[in-house]
Amino acid sequence: MGRYVARRLLQMIPVFIGTTLLIFIMVNVLPGDPVRALWGDKPPDPAQVAQIRHDRGLDLPLWQQYLHYMGGLLQGDFGNTIAGNRPVLDEITQAFPVSMRLASMAWTFELIVGISLGVLAGIRRGRFVDNTVTLFTLLVISVPIFVVGLLCQLFFGNELGWITPTVQDSEDMGQLLVPALVLGMVGLAYVARLTRTSIAENRQADYMRTAVAKGLPRQRIVTRHLLRNSLIPVVTYLGTDVGTLMGGAVITEGIFNVTGVGNLLFQALARREGAVIVGVVTVLVLVYLAASLIVDLLYAVLDPRIRYA
Amino acid sequence: MRGAKSAKWVAIAGVVALTATACGGGDSDNKGSGKVDPKGIVSYANGEPQNPLQPSNTMEAYGSVVIDSLFTGLVHYDKQGDITYENAESVTPDKANKVWTVKLKPGWKFHNGEAVTAKSYVDAWNWAADPANGQQNSSWYRDITGYEDVHPAKGKAKKKAMSGLKVVDENTFTITLNHGIPYYAYKLVYAPFYPMPSAALKDPKKYGEAPVGNGPYKFKSWDHKKSIQVTAWSAYKGNNKPKNGGINFKAYTTPQAAYNDLRSNNVDSMPQIPDSELANYKQDFGDRAITSDYSAINTVNPAWYSKTFKDIDIKVIQGLSMAIDRDTIVKTTFSGTREPATGWVAKGVKGYKAGACGEFCEFNPKKAKQFVEDGGGVPGNKISIQYNADQPHKGWVTAVCNDIQKNTGVKCVGDPKTDFQADTEVRDKRQVKAMYRSGWVLDYPFNGNFLADLYGTGVDGNWGEFSDKKFDALTKKADTAKTIDESAELYQKAEQQLKTSFPGIPLWYNKVTSGYSTNVKNMEFDQAGDPVLTDVEVFEK
Repeated sequence: MGRYVARRLLQMIPVFIGTTLLIFIMVNVLPGDPVRALWGDKPPDPAQVAQIRHDRGLDLPLWQQYLHYMGGLLQGDFGNTIAGNRPVLDEITQAFPVSMRLASMAWTFELIVGISLGVLAGIRRGRFVDNTVTLFTLLVISVPIFVVGLLCQLFFGNELGWITPTVQDSEDMGQLLVPALVLGMVGLAYVARLTRTSIAENRQADYMRTAVAKGLPRQRIVTRHLLRNSLIPVVTYLGTDVGTLMGGAVITEGIFNVTGVGNLLFQALARREGAVIVGVVTVLVLVYLAASLIVDLLYAVLDPRIRYA
Repeated sequence: MRGAKSAKWVAIAGVVALTATACGGGDSDNKGSGKVDPKGIVSYANGEPQNPLQPSNTMEAYGSVVIDSLFTGLVHYDKQGDITYENAESVTPDKANKVWTVKLKPGWKFHNGEAVTAKSYVDAWNWAADPANGQQNSSWYRDITGYEDVHPAKGKAKKKAMSGLKVVDENTFTITLNHGIPYYAYKLVYAPFYPMPSAALKDPKKYGEAPVGNGPYKFKSWDHKKSIQVTAWSAYKGNNKPKNGGINFKAYTTPQAAYNDLRSNNVDSMPQIPDSELANYKQDFGDRAITSDYSAINTVNPAWYSKTFKDIDIKVIQGLSMAIDRDTIVKTTFSGTREPATGWVAKGVKGYKAGACGEFCEFNPKKAKQFVEDGGGVPGNKISIQYNADQPHKGWVTAVCNDIQKNTGVKCVGDPKTDFQADTEVRDKRQVKAMYRSGWVLDYPFNGNFLADLYGTGVDGNWGEFSDKKFDALTKKADTAKTIDESAELYQKAEQQLKTSFPGIPLWYNKVTSGYSTNVKNMEFDQAGDPVLTDVEVFEK
């Protein structure tokens, strides 16, 4: 087990270097010059452009820029933004807590409601509950998230006035509730469907008949035997979804004016802020890697037959 | 209660059948007494400023609106485009318009108690001109003698101060220019000509985060990406004393989010209605909708270096211009929030003359076709209009192209670039295939800004490499005029010359489109598109 974890952690190093290098190159290939763009429609001042380029190390060859960047990264320095010359670390430490709040709320919502609905539907397969859940999840999956988001905003915010249309304080959990529900909606539908299918399938398994024949109480059969054996695909999904919720909430964040990671990344891309893009993606890659490691370890917990040597 | 819901809301409601919406909760039920609270705070939808809050380092809108609330410059201008004196008592040129003497109103102070003197201005400008201090607006000082020593085209500053700036006494200083400019006072309106307290020059980083100015509002706090708060400064001596208690500049990441907050009175006003709501905002806000003049113009300019336009007959461009039905496009594509352009200078600036472009900017399909044919047509019989696809330009580009194609037979297509940056790069590198979209908002309210700074041979703003010797001569003459009025008149002559050389096809003037919440009144915007926040009054809650 310990060796397995160590090996996985070591594997992260090439993945980490590969992704950062790739992103670094891609950002540089994009058309448009971020320093020039500071002047917008107006003609830029060549002396000032040269000064900013030199300041941010943008006048060096690409490979030197990358080495320089990685060197800084190892010491916890993410570099500075081109516009405003602010430390990228500040931007990251401001956006990530917001996204973590939003993502964890959405994720918990997916986990609890999604699995419950799935179990209910799976056990009563073909009945009314099952049909309702199937219909509901179909609806959620087929309606694009921005429609759900805008609808909630207009309905609860502008029409009913229960919430403010946008989040006034991105760190207030109460205000993040509606965006989190919107964000978690699609994941919830997938979790419910995965759970349902898995449960419905495993219900026919031999060990279930054994458990029933043994006379175990129904609740124990469902939670200890059925659910535990059915959770592997769900856990896989939930694991990878952590990363998606963290970095992929651009649309939801945009609608509700949440200043999270998705937003930061989007703005950085629009402004060609290379250091910010690479910095954010780096942290996101770490999140993904950690989440997938935890998922793999959870397999062993759920199914004792899986062993890591 | 909102009786008439906007069409969009109804449409979305149709997609997902939400039951029993019943009655929408009222968002206009202002229960206040209708009395004005002089201490009330106005909230304004803004965004995170790009740079630290330094006057000489701020050119984008999010930073500018904050800087303008914290600082008051020497002069400003009124709705007619005439100069008004703010911190300056007088700004007077010599006979050749070369040496300008600035006299300050005595007794003004910065928010930290330091006196605003001639030195506060001169030192701030010298500091900002030095490239080592990384101030983005430094090229604004280039008319001043000795600028090249402080800000050479390459390398470090050779001197610390521009020889053209001289402090005479505590409240007087002189600006010597390289050559006379009759309208120089207009340039002094812009933010890089604001004063800075001496401490800010010693510790620019700290003061960039917490600026100290001499303006109507005093800086309170800057919570990055959330809000910037300023409060009315009781010791302010200027004309535009705040009628409210302060401003909360709220950061929004999308205009749509701000719009939805504005509809629910969660923010009191915003700079521009998002394009997707242009058809609805008048209905949504009723008499609280704002549509006012904005000195900005949109044109489509030929790239004169391109194969298509290198040897073109001007008649062809005049013909293309006459093929465009501006009135209809303004009505259909922009819901009437633009105004057909009749010249190259935008409305609301000194020297603006309606109809400068004459018949060439009027829709005349017959003549259009005739002109294009007489001029020998376009090489390849095809043009393209380059635009940036990250802004909603596609609609009108298509409409303009349709008109051109239908009325002249010249094939016309849009040439989208992914975003503004990609678009600028192509223009910088002189790789535009035929024509490109161009927009210009006033730097200062003087017609010369729309002429010499855009179409003079070799000037920075002249992306299309347009060149007209006669026009150059006329602008040069206008620059040596004795007075502002004379200069403006001569510039009008220069604009007339453009009819014969057609540097770009004028399309329309922009309008400020905005609205305000039920919490406030007297919300207005000036011709630069900036809100006049000092005049806004807040109702008692």
